[in-house]
Amino acid sequence: MSVAKVLGIETEYGIAGGPDADQIVASSIIVNAYAQEGRTRINWDFEGETPDMDARGLPDLTSFAPIVETHLANTVLTNGARLYVDHAHPEYSSPECRTPLEATLYDAAGEEVMRRALMVANQMIETYQAISLYKNNSDGKGNSYGTHENYLVSRDVEFTHVVRAMVPHFVSRQIIVGAGKVGAETEAGLESDPFFQLSSRAEFFEEVVGLETTLKRPIINTRDEPHADAERFRRLHVIIGDANMSQVATFVKLGSTALLLAVLEDSGLGAFPAMPRHPVGAVRGFALDPTLKCAVLCEDDRERTAWDFQDELWRLAHDHVEQHGGDAVASPEEIQLVLTQWREMLDGVRDDPESVADRIDWVAKLRVIRGFQERHSLSNGDARLQAIDLQYHDLRPERSLAQRVGLRVMHGDDAVREAVHNPPGSTRAYFRGQCVARYPGEIVAANWDSVVFDLGEGPLQRVPMLDPLRGTRLLTEELLETSATAQALLQALDR
Amino acid sequence: MTEQERIQKQRTERASQAAPEVTVDATKGDQLKADLDDLLDEIDEVLEENAEEFVRNYVQKGGE
Repeated sequence: MSVAKVLGIETEYGIAGGPDADQIVASSIIVNAYAQEGRTRINWDFEGETPDMDARGLPDLTSFAPIVETHLANTVLTNGARLYVDHAHPEYSSPECRTPLEATLYDAAGEEVMRRALMVANQMIETYQAISLYKNNSDGKGNSYGTHENYLVSRDVEFTHVVRAMVPHFVSRQIIVGAGKVGAETEAGLESDPFFQLSSRAEFFEEVVGLETTLKRPIINTRDEPHADAERFRRLHVIIGDANMSQVATFVKLGSTALLLAVLEDSGLGAFPAMPRHPVGAVRGFALDPTLKCAVLCEDDRERTAWDFQDELWRLAHDHVEQHGGDAVASPEEIQLVLTQWREMLDGVRDDPESVADRIDWVAKLRVIRGFQERHSLSNGDARLQAIDLQYHDLRPERSLAQRVGLRVMHGDDAVREAVHNPPGSTRAYFRGQCVARYPGEIVAANWDSVVFDLGEGPLQRVPMLDPLRGTRLLTEELLETSATAQALLQALDR
Repeated sequence: MTEQERIQKQRTERASQAAPEVTVDATKGDQLKADLDDLLDEIDEVLEENAEEFVRNYVQKGGE
């Protein structure tokens, strides 16, 4: 029986600039800048500003102490997200969401949080130190950082079945949700010397299953840290995705994966396509072939292209929805949108890539790279082509190419601005975000499954939230509205 | 004009209380530059002046 597919995305952003070009310092400045913004009127001032972060109407920042804090910052936002420094990157972990469309909104909100942080931070430091941020996954020199999806899965499903069901999807979905990359950067990738790859991450994967995320990266990560009742739930931590600039790609990535997990929970392994004999070879081979012709041998002795896998998986999801619905994932209307977009992107990428250049990142990127190369008669190795790749993911509005290539938008600026501040109402992120907004002085810590209060006297008080579907607006709004103080809230919760 | 997709989501208690409307805004898609040249003109303008240095200096520590 499928459980509600609570889901979200964590993104480590690439970062350049800052004092002494130290990425840990720069990341701390970004996170601290946003944390300060959130606690001052400046935050409020941003609301009426143009979303493209025009330099006009900048808030007065003279009230800031000249901070260059180097301790690793870690904050919880009023929208329920976590913003912190992870290794040497600023990371935004979205709040838990109830549907793919909602999670897409909160992923876009993360970009906006980073843009605002960037703007505030760059007002605090010297121009020559200016920081820039990139929503991408590698530096082109063999260093990769992650965009991880998380899905709530029933503990009843055996993990070996998760592996068997999901590997075909994870090796093949890049043909519609890959972010694309010029060239290669790992030993294995450089051997093939490609001009372009569908996925920036594919060449970094070396194992089928494993616990690692930084070395020997596995297609299926076994981290078993549900951030919820471990008797009932798993959290599938998916580390193989690319960071998407296209909202439709994010939506289809989340929607297709959530639907296939629901199929597995409801109907078991039976109808899933066979695994490739060599999944690592498959994910790398598919990435290297923009013509989509590459086929791999599978455990049922059939050969499949990435497109074949996706076609089979789409039919599996489609048929399942016809028979069982998709309540675990989203409303019927939203499920239909997942299925129609998934299908259109799949057919488009094979038959008429231009028709999906407004949705598929790698197609949009390759289109401008090829065009630019022809216009200026550049060789394959020209640095300007790599610069286009990098600037595709650039968050600076004046440099961003993703903002210029005509990608479809699912959530407009108003919705994104709203989601920067307010949590989704559909999960426990609502309670977390609301507590942070209402009682900031009394909260000493918050994480995915609890909020800890310090009322000034007596022991710290921890409010556990082990069920991601409790703490919703429906369940807690009245309680929060009628609790003027943290003390009143805790007393009411005790009753 | 190409397609217009707009599916009004009915309010249900079951899912997505915070997602009032399910939409793919095709207007942005319509703006997909029919003329690639216009887009390339724009890229000529915003591309980092010293691409080689820009690319070379972008070195990250691994993450995750």
